[in-house]
Parts: sequence; C-alpha cells; structure tokens
Amino acid sequence: MKETQTLQEKATSKEATERISGSEAVIKCLLAEGVEILYGYPGGAIMPVYDELYKYQDKIHHVLTRHEQGATHAAQGYARISGKVGVAIATSGPGATNLITGIADAQIDSTPMVCITGQVGSHLLGSDAFQETDIIGISTPVTKWNCQITTASQIPEVIAKAFYIAKSGRPGPVLVDITKDAQFEEFDFKYEKCKGIRSYKPIPDTDKNSLKAAAELINNAKKPLVVWGQGVILGKAEEAFKAVIEKAGIPSAWTILGASAIPTKHPLNVGMVGMHGNYAPNVLTNDCDVLIAIGMRFDDRVTGNLESYAKQAKVIHFEIDPAEVDKNVKTDVAVLGDAKASLEALLPLLKANSHPEWHQKFKDLYEIEYEKVIKNELYPTKEGLTMAEVLKEINIQTKGDAAIVSDVGQHQMIACRYAEFTTTKSNITSGGLGTMGFALPAAIGAKMAAPEREVVMIAGDGGYQMTIQELGTIFQQKVPVKIVVLNNEFLGMVRQWQQMFFDKRYASTEMTNPDFVAIAKGYFIDAKKVTERKDLKASVKEMIDSKGPYFLEVCVEKEGNVFPMIPTGASVSDIRLE
Amino acid sequence: MESEIKQFTVSIYTENNIGLLNRISAIFQRRHINIESINSSVSEIEGVSKWTIVVQLSEERMKKIQGQIEKQVEVIKAYYHTEDQIIYQESCLFKIKSELLFDEPEVQNIIKDSNARIVIVNKEFFVIEKSGKKEEIELLYRELSVFGIMQFTRSGRVSVTKDEMKISTMLKAFQH
Ligand SMILES: Cc1ncc(C[n+]2csc(CCOP(=O)(O)OP(=O)(O)O)c2C)c(N)n1
Repeated sequence: MKETQTLQEKATSKEATERISGSEAVIKCLLAEGVEILYGYPGGAIMPVYDELYKYQDKIHHVLTRHEQGATHAAQGYARISGKVGVAIATSGPGATNLITGIADAQIDSTPMVCITGQVGSHLLGSDAFQETDIIGISTPVTKWNCQITTASQIPEVIAKAFYIAKSGRPGPVLVDITKDAQFEEFDFKYEKCKGIRSYKPIPDTDKNSLKAAAELINNAKKPLVVWGQGVILGKAEEAFKAVIEKAGIPSAWTILGASAIPTKHPLNVGMVGMHGNYAPNVLTNDCDVLIAIGMRFDDRVTGNLESYAKQAKVIHFEIDPAEVDKNVKTDVAVLGDAKASLEALLPLLKANSHPEWHQKFKDLYEIEYEKVIKNELYPTKEGLTMAEVLKEINIQTKGDAAIVSDVGQHQMIACRYAEFTTTKSNITSGGLGTMGFALPAAIGAKMAAPEREVVMIAGDGGYQMTIQELGTIFQQKVPVKIVVLNNEFLGMVRQWQQMFFDKRYASTEMTNPDFVAIAKGYFIDAKKVTERKDLKASVKEMIDSKGPYFLEVCVEKEGNVFPMIPTGASVSDIRLE
Repeated sequence: MESEIKQFTVSIYTENNIGLLNRISAIFQRRHINIESINSSVSEIEGVSKWTIVVQLSEERMKKIQGQIEKQVEVIKAYYHTEDQIIYQESCLFKIKSELLFDEPEVQNIIKDSNARIVIVNKEFFVIEKSGKKEEIELLYRELSVFGIMQFTRSGRVSVTKDEMKISTMLKAFQH
C-alpha cells in the first residue's frame, strides 16, 4: 500500500508544475541544462533575472564582466575549452548590442553559446522605448537561431530549444530575448529538455557508398594529405582521427581552429596550413594526389587563391554541414555526417600504409622553413626579442600542457605556429572573425571552465587594450590566468601589410602605450616587464609558477614580420619565406 | 554553362515563424541577389508554411543558396525549379475609372479576351483581377494603360511542381 502510494506520488511530482515567475524559470532552466557559470552585465530590462541570480547564487555563479563583449568572449572561452555551452546574459539596448561581436565570432567559429537578453515590456515593443533595440533583427544574421519571448509560459520550451540548437550538429550561438513583463509573470513551470526539432536535422545521414569511395581513393593514393579543422574537436573525434591517419600513414595538417586535436609532436602532424602556416603542407597541397579535408571549411585564409588550390588532387570532404560541401572547393567525394562516426566507419576500410617517400618531402621542406624562418625566430642572434622565443619559453615552462588563448594579429600567428600542444581543445583563438580583444575575456572563461589547466593568454599591445577592462573581472573573481602581452608598439599585423603592400606607409598603426605594468598593478595583479633576452626565462618561470593571475609584458622587436606568408590572391604553393 | 544566369523558382517549406522572413531574405541580400518576388502562405500540411521565391542567378550559386536556406533551423526543406518543372501563376488587380467600362467598347473587349474577371463596379471605378503568367499580365497592363490605370498591383508568383515534393514523408522522418 505504502509503496504504491509513494510511487504514485513520485509519478505526479514528476508531472507536477510549480508556480514561479518567468525570471525564476530562467534560472531553473539554466540549472536543468547543467549551467554552473554564466557571464553577464545587469541593467533595467534584465533586473528580474538578476534578482533571481542573487537568490540562487549558491547554485549558479554569475560573473560580472566589465563589458558585455567580454561576457560573450568569456562564454566562448568557457565553451571552447570544455565543449559545453557557454552562457552570456545582458540587458536590452546597449547591453544587447554589445554582445554582437562575440555572437558573430561564435557563429563563424561554430562555438556553442546561449545569450539571454532582457527586453522592454511587450506593450512597449516597437515604440522606441528607453533601451529598446530590435536585437532579434540585429542578431539574426549572426545567430544559429534566435527567439523573442513575450509570455512566461514560453520560457522553458524556448530555453530548452536554445541549448539543444546551440550544442547539436554544427554548434553555434543562440540568442533568447525576454521581455520584462514575461520575466515578472507567474506561470506553472515544468522543464523538459529538447530532444529534437522536426525541421532541424543536426547530423546528416552518412552514405555508406561515400565512405567506400573515400576509402578507395585513400587506399590508392600515393601522396595523400589530410587537412583537419575544428570539426575533429567539436565532434570529439580526436581518437578516431588519430587511428585513421596512423593506419593509413597520412601526413596531416591543421587549420588554426583544428590545432591541438592531436599533439604537436605527433609524427604525422606536419603543421599548419594557410596564410601564415607551415611551408611544407602549403606547398604540398598543390602536389598531393588526394586531399582529405576533415571538419574544415576551406576558408580563404586557408586556401589562398581557389583557382590554383589543389587542382591536381581528388578531394574528399568529411563534413557535418551539407552547406559547406562544394561551397569553396569542389569535392570528388563528400562524406556527410558526424566526424567521429564517419572516421570510425572508415577505419576498417583502410589499408595500412606508410608513404615514406612522400613523408620525406615534408621533412625536406620543413628543413628549408627551419633554416629560413624557424631557426631565426626561436634562436635569434639579433638583439631584439622575437615573439616566437617567448612562446618557446612558455612551452618549456608548461611542458606543452598549457591552453593558449591568443588574440588577433602577428602574435596570434606566432602563437599558433610555435605553441606546443599535448591536449586537445588547447588552442583558443578567434579564427573566422579575427576579433581583436577576444583573448583576455576568453582566457577568463577558459580558466574558469578548466581550473586545473594552465591558461596562458597571449595578446598584442593593440588587441589587449580592446578589452583591457576585463582585468577587473580577473581581479574580482581571482581568476589565475597568465597574461602575456607581446608589445611591439605597433598594430603589428597591419603594419606588416603596410610594409609589404603599401610602401611602408604606416598609417595609424603606431601605438603610444601606457605603463601596462602599472595598469595591472592597479588591479592588484602581479606584473613584470621584460625588455632583454637574459631576463626572459626567469620571468616566464615566475609567471607560470605564480599561483594567482600574473601579467607579463615582453617588449619585442618593433618591426618583426610573420613568415611564411601567402600574400592575398596568391596560390598556397607561392608561399613566401621572406 | 553552370555560371549562366537563369530564373529559378524556389519553394521552401518552413515552420511558422515571424523571424524567418528576415533570415531567408538576408541569405539573398548578403550575396546581392535581388528577390524578384516572394510569397508566403500556408501549405498542404497543417502548421507548415510554404514560400515561393523567384530569383535570377547561376545554378551553381542557386545550389549553394539552397544549402544555406536548408541550414536554417526552422526550414524543413528547400527546392529550386526551372520554369518547365512547375505550374505557376501570378495575380494582379487593376483599378480603372468606371466611365471607361461604359464608354470604351475596346476596354470591354480587352477584359473579355484576356480572361480577366471583374471584381467590383461602382460609380467611380471598377476593379478587374487577372491571374496568369507574367507575360499575360504584362500584356494586359500594356493594353489597359493606353486608357489609363488608376491603380495597379501584381502579386508574387505562386507555384506547384509537376513532380512530387515529399514533405510529409520527410516530416515523419524528422520526428525523432
Ligand atoms: C576588432 C578588430 N579591429 C581591427 C582588426 C584589424 N587588425 C587585425 S590584426 C591588427 C593588429 C593587431 O595589433 P596587436 O594587437 O598589437 O597585435 P600584433 O599584430 O602587433 O601582434 C588589426 C588592427 C581586427 N582584427 N579586429
């Protein structure tokens, strides 16, 4: 008797609803989705939700960033290192518009993120009310999905959909805009996770024949080349990927967002492709007989001139997003589907192979790049410090275990080229959008998501100052990130282009900088400045050994250039070493 | 061959959602593709909307755009067709001074010959409606404009395909 009663009670309590406000429902939805940390900034239209955040502060940690853009990048950093959905929250109007850069960044880099914005009361919509902006209209082209909520009862279903859409298939940002009256309104709350949407197929079916065709091309290839992208990481396909390239013995190169999926020192890892990538994989893209693209989208920074990109090769494209197939490069075999499942299914179809002569070509070209570029970068004989030697020092001190969060510019290319990775999801950078100001807040999110990891942020003196106010967040939250600014007193990457393509007319790229150390110290962050090579090692060590956050400014060569380089419009094989 | 500019009629089946117009038109706008006409209505399936969009572009671009449209969460399926694959109509309304109807026998003949329909007649004006292909409507327009047209408007194209579009079966497959 008693037992059946409790069972019944259980059954009804599962069905049962509770009467709560829309704003409390928002928090309960977030908790149901496993959100522990969110980044944001309060304001009028989102105050009811903040009031609930106050009540639930022991269950969900709200991080007050110093700018809403910082909140999005922090959420992105959180997502990129953990694979979980990052969450950012802001008020209507300027709060919402300040999210846009981060949303656009997450859209182009396929980062799962849910942004929640407050909106003016529904009776005021369209009246140009105080802090009303059409954030749905504004965010539409840069979101995977967005939705405005005007009654509380919509909240559970829409937020459940938001998380489902953000993380499934090819991930991306979702924005949910909630009017203030919907936040206040009480309703009968019940949460159910979203299990599917009838018009939305996150993962396309994999055609077995395409797998067979791919295997046949790979098995018959004499000079196969793999180029992998972030799809391997997002699809949690690292192991399956490694097994495939190891069995078939294929030299494999990465796009910047693909970096760290396999260790830098893996013998089949032949480096980075693209504008500032490595010499061998760029040149040999135009020599391979089969190009196997895995979870990458042939961005123009990767392909250079499409007219002369891998024309001699058969192209196989493993891809989750059907719209990417044949978008930029015509494929011979497209394998649609989830990277992990496809690669696991491919493995038994492959013949073991090793291609020693083909590998030798990569080694020979690496030697050329080493002599012409790498040696001088890592072991400079000239007086000025190079960016690469700072990276080398960080590699040594962290044993390649750090997650590197880089900003945008020369230092980013150097960080991607020279950082050593042993763990996946360790290269966090703004690839597709190239958002200066990304790194500092992204490093905050990354460190908070993975406190056990060493997180080293690397920025230029330009980009650092775009979100420098997030030092306040680091101080308030006591986030022990390591902050490295490679100061060349220039907007270096733009200056390099001015030097190479605009006859050295340095229009507005020179920076007169403040005392960065004093600024960090103003936020009570330990800080140091290095100007000479002899002090570099000890300073990097001190930074890595530090338990708390640490700021290190390294004054580097002012007019250093990043090479190799594929000039815009040139072919990958016309990559310049000097 | 592939880059030859052609006219395509795009059929899109979607969930009902106010925001979708923005999303879909932005896909064309971003690529500087002019939408010649756009029509949205209910479809043969309850709760599913159907859009008919007419555009001019190369088939290569059309294919890529079809992919971009289908990528939208609330789009069930997008197809594109050439003219010979569809049955299509456009509709238009002419508002004309009533005296012309009574004083100009030629006007009456034009209306009769064109298979247009008189919707309303009152003391000041009458309204005729004509459905058909764009050329038929243009012809009628030219003929009537000689006498003076007070107001004219033409709808977007609506179309059905000669072949089946397997939306219902597809929707079932989507249901997880
Ligand atoms: C928000 C934003 N504005 C402008 C640019 C264009 N841009 C790309 S790299 C760069 C220079 C970056 O300078 P700095 O941060 O000092 O790094 P460095 O290249 O010197 O390493 C600029 C201005 C950008 N990528 N993002």
